[in-house]
Amino acid sequence: MADGDLALYEGVSKIERDHARFRQIVRGRIKKDLRKYMARGELIGKKGHDLVSIPVPQIELPQFRFGKNMGGVGSGDGEVGDPIGGDPQEGEGTGEAGDRPGEHVLEVDLTLDELARIVGEELELPNIQPRGKRTVLAEKERYSSIRRQGPETLRHFKRTFVRALRRQIALGLYDPLNPRIVPVKEDKRFKSWRVTFVPESNAVIFYMMDVSGSMGEEQKELVRTTAFWIDTWLHSQYKTLESRYITHDAAAREVDQETFYRTRESGGTAISSALRLCADMVKQHYSPLDWNVYVFYFSDGDNLLSDNEACFRILQDELLPATNLFCYGQVQSLYGSGEFKHRLDENLKADNLITTEIRDKDEILDAIKAFLGKGK
Amino acid sequence: MNLTFDLDNLKEEIKAHAIDCGLDFFDVVFEMCTFDQINQIAALGGFPTRYPHWRFGMEYEKLSKSYTWGLSRIYEMVINNDPCYAYLMSSNPLVDQKLVMAHVYAHSDFFKNNLFFQHTSRKAIDEMANHGARIRALGERHGHENVEDFLDACLSLENLIDIHSVAIQRRTEDTESTRFLSKEKDASDRLGRIKAKDYMDGFINPQEFLQRQKDRMDEEKRRQKRFPPDDEKDVLLFLLRHAPLETWQREILAIVREEAYYFAPQWMTKIMNEGWASYWHSRMMTGHLCTDQEIVDFADHHSSTVAMGSGRLNPYKIGLELFRDIEERWDTGRHGAEWESCDDYRTKMSWDTGERKGRETIFQVRKLYNDVTFIDTFLTEEFCRQHKLFAFRFNPSSGQYEIASREFADIKKQLLASLTNGGNPHIFVTDANYGNRGELFLRHRFEGAELKLDHARDTLHNVQRIWSRPVHLETVIGGHGRLLTHDGTELREREWAVETGPASEPEDES
Repeated sequence: MADGDLALYEGVSKIERDHARFRQIVRGRIKKDLRKYMARGELIGKKGHDLVSIPVPQIELPQFRFGKNMGGVGSGDGEVGDPIGGDPQEGEGTGEAGDRPGEHVLEVDLTLDELARIVGEELELPNIQPRGKRTVLAEKERYSSIRRQGPETLRHFKRTFVRALRRQIALGLYDPLNPRIVPVKEDKRFKSWRVTFVPESNAVIFYMMDVSGSMGEEQKELVRTTAFWIDTWLHSQYKTLESRYITHDAAAREVDQETFYRTRESGGTAISSALRLCADMVKQHYSPLDWNVYVFYFSDGDNLLSDNEACFRILQDELLPATNLFCYGQVQSLYGSGEFKHRLDENLKADNLITTEIRDKDEILDAIKAFLGKGK
Repeated sequence: MNLTFDLDNLKEEIKAHAIDCGLDFFDVVFEMCTFDQINQIAALGGFPTRYPHWRFGMEYEKLSKSYTWGLSRIYEMVINNDPCYAYLMSSNPLVDQKLVMAHVYAHSDFFKNNLFFQHTSRKAIDEMANHGARIRALGERHGHENVEDFLDACLSLENLIDIHSVAIQRRTEDTESTRFLSKEKDASDRLGRIKAKDYMDGFINPQEFLQRQKDRMDEEKRRQKRFPPDDEKDVLLFLLRHAPLETWQREILAIVREEAYYFAPQWMTKIMNEGWASYWHSRMMTGHLCTDQEIVDFADHHSSTVAMGSGRLNPYKIGLELFRDIEERWDTGRHGAEWESCDDYRTKMSWDTGERKGRETIFQVRKLYNDVTFIDTFLTEEFCRQHKLFAFRFNPSSGQYEIASREFADIKKQLLASLTNGGNPHIFVTDANYGNRGELFLRHRFEGAELKLDHARDTLHNVQRIWSRPVHLETVIGGHGRLLTHDGTELREREWAVETGPASEPEDES
């Protein structure tokens, strides 16, 4: 039968072709008309015990199918009128359903690291290159060597007894019928450390948000979700990552994470105040020689007209030269004019300045991709 | 077959048990695979070789991702072929291998005996490979892009088949002689008059009767002029025969249609097939196969297979429980008029006529039924209550699915509706010369559930690509009739109140 088996599996390698083709479609390289059928896996997750969904792009060829008012049958507890979770129609009724292999669904806990890897793979984010000379060499001690002297607490049990055994055999003191091994002082071996230098990249992220009257709950939610994914991704790239949070209306202040997402202020808007504060903090604490600095600024694009000049000046002279990346995400709000992105694009051009618009949740993905896709 | 010596012995042992149980199956060839091989084969629908298509790549990505991230794994896969091919995952523990083997033998029995599988090819592995070779060759000659684009269009129509046509003769094929035969009938017949003595004629052929006959015959005449004469549900067949396609396109369409018919019985019998296999694997495992220390692992695995999670209906569970229910009811005689008319709870609880026909009945059921008739016949109110079934529907105001009813009648109706025609809408070709302009008119037989409109629009475009003249689809949206028309460049829609009905002829575009 062996030959037959080979023949059976020879064909299987062709899946790689199909897979490559599919990936090309997903990336929009070929058959662009199919992309509109692409269902985006949800990418919204929360830290902690809440669920995280893993994005799996699916392209569904259009077919004559029933829409939502088909209904169906399920099982479980609940009163008439209770909502049932999820979309029960999904995953049903694929053409070859009957022969779908039996699957075993397991629940899984993902660590944030794994999550970041999935996000990275999905968004095709490049691994971030540490900035050459700006890497810091950190001393690190690892217990990877052996010494003859040392404290009893660090005694290497196995090596000690192996030495003792060798000595006893050599001296003819070893009796296999009565295998007693007694180490003497010369037999003892101790664990010891070596100092190694590991390059370490330090990174700091500044999250800045406009909390003036025009930023509502919905806008904050967009910012929160975007920031979470950025945080997750950068955390997977840098071991030591600091986050600083700045909010501003007409004046800027540094806040903690909790406040950053919760506060709602009102009043005028002066973006330059936040940029000023940020630039000062960078100057004081995060020398660009040692630090990778990322700045993410979110607002609805409303700014005091007279303030724009000041913003551009701070960006041009201080922030942009000192940071790896300055990202501006403009969320759409009912009240905001959405002018700032426009102005920014007109007045400043820099490699590490990225601006993007986030109109709704669906665009978060694109925004993250735009922000981090350069691998800076 | 690449089983180890031990597994091979185990296979023989399980096979002997299966025969003892009365199962009558195609021989089964087990292949030991790594998880990646399993994922690849599963992505191809269980076949080692299919035609090239990105859809399989998509499936593969999904499977390997969910395996990699530990979300799910495949533990059983078998294809309807003679011999059956089944795949074992090499990383599974022995108890799982036993379970899978027992499960697979029952599937094989089902494939072999269930009526709805009788038309399927039992050389499917070879045929799928042939289709693959053919489509690859067509790709070489006509361009892979062209072939893939056309395949996409065909696949988007793959559910437009008439699943019962394999068992019923839908139409008598016209031959020249029958076509002219009707003209030979004598004059009185042509008026539909029944032969009668003169003095009785007024009674036997009253005016209303003659009018009815005339209408009927006019209708018949109209019918004969229509094309197709009767509504055609096998849209793929109709396109295959009458659409102006090139030979290579026709070939691809034929392949897609053939495979659709091959897979159709599997979704028509999903509940039964899985139920049957689960019934037998649990019987064989608990009866003979499990060693003492394996029983807990088996129980764990089995219970997660038949678990009803997150409000969904699990076909394994429903099928398994219904088969057990049937066996019990026919063992104790809890069926028939007497049982149903009895409304004394206590009598019912201790009802036992000593009929002992349970085993015999489930074997019959697995031979003669499909999911629709299975549910229709054997779903009972007690069963629904015991398994907490409910019917749900979409509530547009809250944007969520909600539990709509726990009434037996509603549940059954809803379940049958979602199983009928494999959960696909009924779409017919009603006119291939619409407006005398060679346009194709499709009608969706509305039964309460609307089409997904965005998909319907794009699908219609695909029909148009194949038909090449403009195509129409009549359906109902939001209580109004709606006609979608695609002429190849743009889509137009027209709406009307259902009571008035659509204009039978298209209005002239001016």
